[in-house]
Amino acid sequence: MKETFRRLAIKYRYSLILLRQLVITDFKLRYQGSVLGYVWSLLRPLFLFIILYIVFNNFLRIGSTIPHYPVYLLLGIVLWNYFLEVTNLGISSIVSKGDLIRKLNFPKYVIVLAGSFSAFINLLINFVVIAIFMAIGGVELHWSSFLIIPLLAELFLLSLGVAFFLSALFVKLRDLNYIWEIFLQAAFYATPILYPLSLVVEKSDFAAKLLLLSPVAQIIQDARSVLVTTQTTTFESVFGSGGWYRLVPISLTFIIVIVAAWYFRRQSPKFAEEV
Amino acid sequence: MNDDIAIRINKVSKSFRLPHEKKSSIKSIFTSIGKMHGSYEVQHALKNVSFEIRKGEFFGIVGRNGSGKSTMLKILAEIYQPSSGSVDVKGKLVPFIELGVGFNPELTGRENVYLSGALSGFSTVEMDQMYDDIVQFAELEQFMDQKLKNYSSGMQVRLAFSVATRSKADILLIDEVLAVGDADFQRKCFDYFKSLKKSGVTVVFVSHDMNAVREYCDKAVLIDQSKLVTIGEPDSVAGAYTRLFTDESEAPKGEETQTRWGNRGAEFESVKVTRRITNKTDNLSMVVGVKFNQPIVKPIFGFTIKDPSGKAVTGVNNQILRQKTGSYKKGDKVTVEWRVSNIFSNGKHSVDVTIIGEDGVTNYDWWEEAAQFTVEKDIVTPYITSPDIKVEING
Repeated sequence: MKETFRRLAIKYRYSLILLRQLVITDFKLRYQGSVLGYVWSLLRPLFLFIILYIVFNNFLRIGSTIPHYPVYLLLGIVLWNYFLEVTNLGISSIVSKGDLIRKLNFPKYVIVLAGSFSAFINLLINFVVIAIFMAIGGVELHWSSFLIIPLLAELFLLSLGVAFFLSALFVKLRDLNYIWEIFLQAAFYATPILYPLSLVVEKSDFAAKLLLLSPVAQIIQDARSVLVTTQTTTFESVFGSGGWYRLVPISLTFIIVIVAAWYFRRQSPKFAEEV
Repeated sequence: MNDDIAIRINKVSKSFRLPHEKKSSIKSIFTSIGKMHGSYEVQHALKNVSFEIRKGEFFGIVGRNGSGKSTMLKILAEIYQPSSGSVDVKGKLVPFIELGVGFNPELTGRENVYLSGALSGFSTVEMDQMYDDIVQFAELEQFMDQKLKNYSSGMQVRLAFSVATRSKADILLIDEVLAVGDADFQRKCFDYFKSLKKSGVTVVFVSHDMNAVREYCDKAVLIDQSKLVTIGEPDSVAGAYTRLFTDESEAPKGEETQTRWGNRGAEFESVKVTRRITNKTDNLSMVVGVKFNQPIVKPIFGFTIKDPSGKAVTGVNNQILRQKTGSYKKGDKVTVEWRVSNIFSNGKHSVDVTIIGEDGVTNYDWWEEAAQFTVEKDIVTPYITSPDIKVEING
């Protein structure tokens, strides 16, 4: 028994050391060679906001009924971009480390986890920018704003789960990255990121319900609701409160994580032969 | 497991599935639906291999390219899973399969040391303590803040080796690491491995270099064609390894080919040639078996050796040597042996063999590229031949 514990401690110690070092390395390499370096992590969401502000305040007036629409948009895009980044990095993460995998035995999940953590650090930096614009725009915060924490946790888990599944499948199916790219393009428009969900509700109540069952849409809408404005169309406004539908996106997230973890564990001993 | 056994390999087999057309794209899956399980080849890299390595032993694994020895090493390092059988390892095993695994050229020397350390399981705090020693041992003090891509390959190897030697292993796996670097560096490596041996570390060493095996190993195993051939004293195993390179090339059966023609009044049944030539080889030995299908008087046996570019290096036949052969009846069999001084330069050479009639015109069997041999010398001239040359400087 004691021996088992000792072995377990040694095993996870290695994973943690490796994880930490890979995240550090990833961060160092991210802005390798650029003059402003890490500052770009702040500048990118900043300029994105300025563009959104100009476009949606002057030309496209689709979100005019929603207060703080540019911040509302920025939050949605930042959360979507996180999902995009984790899954896009994740899909090729195992294959791109093929050289290492063929020469050293180490816990492979650390690679995917490291990519996910370094994207998460980036997400937090983006949130600093969002917070600044919320303060400038005079968005009021409540105690319920803390609900953003479980929402981010859900997004982290969902993205990680998808990344695990895709990275293991990509080893066998090298067309997957193109398929995923197309899927993400479609999903971007199928998710209420650029347009308010209320526009969809006007056209078809059923379509709005369907869109909200996607965990990403649910997370984005809930995050907007707790942080920016309660006028966001969320589950409660589409389905009415108290329905079991509320549990669908979060259940989907857990199912994805469990299936992905199972598949990754099953495939990882064969990575060295197949990458 | 017995206390003095470090590694026990128990009936290990390993096979790889090699798809005929790699089905890693959707298109090939669509085009081959229905026969998806039919078109792969199973390659057996190891078949039922069992042996034991004792604690503190310097153990050699030798074999030709593709014999399965590297697969064995990867199974020991747990990079591959055996298809069947089991491997028991007692103690901490550190693979030395390649130096500088995980090095990133875009990072500085310092950052690479920490990254490499993490891959060997050292925390940042532990690396902080070792850092100065590592840099000093690698003799790279003034280069540590430069990016690795600006290092020479020798500097990279030194840094990698310096980090690698910090691992506290009970068992060390080494795969041809020593092939890189200059002679001085190789000596340094071996000194290090010998010092490990003194401190009781088990070393598993995969190599082509029989001199190294003879010099350092206590015991060795020869793996050929996926099977364990022999295990025992390094001398006898190294001998068995060398004998692998003297074997027969198969005569193409039946009709004429582009490289073989003649009326087959007499024909070659076998061609045996020393397969590997080094500085230590005295003679190239070629033995051909000839069978007579009709009575022939005074046939002329000959050969030509061509260098890798196809230029004839040397050759001879009985006529040139003014050596008369006898008269042979149908069904007679003879062997002809040629011993040629080791004059060859490096590379793959090929041998043409011929049987022609006394008249010099009748062609019984003319076989181009009947056999090949490889010359691997440490010292060669830049010319077509590299005979043994003695130099004396007097005065």
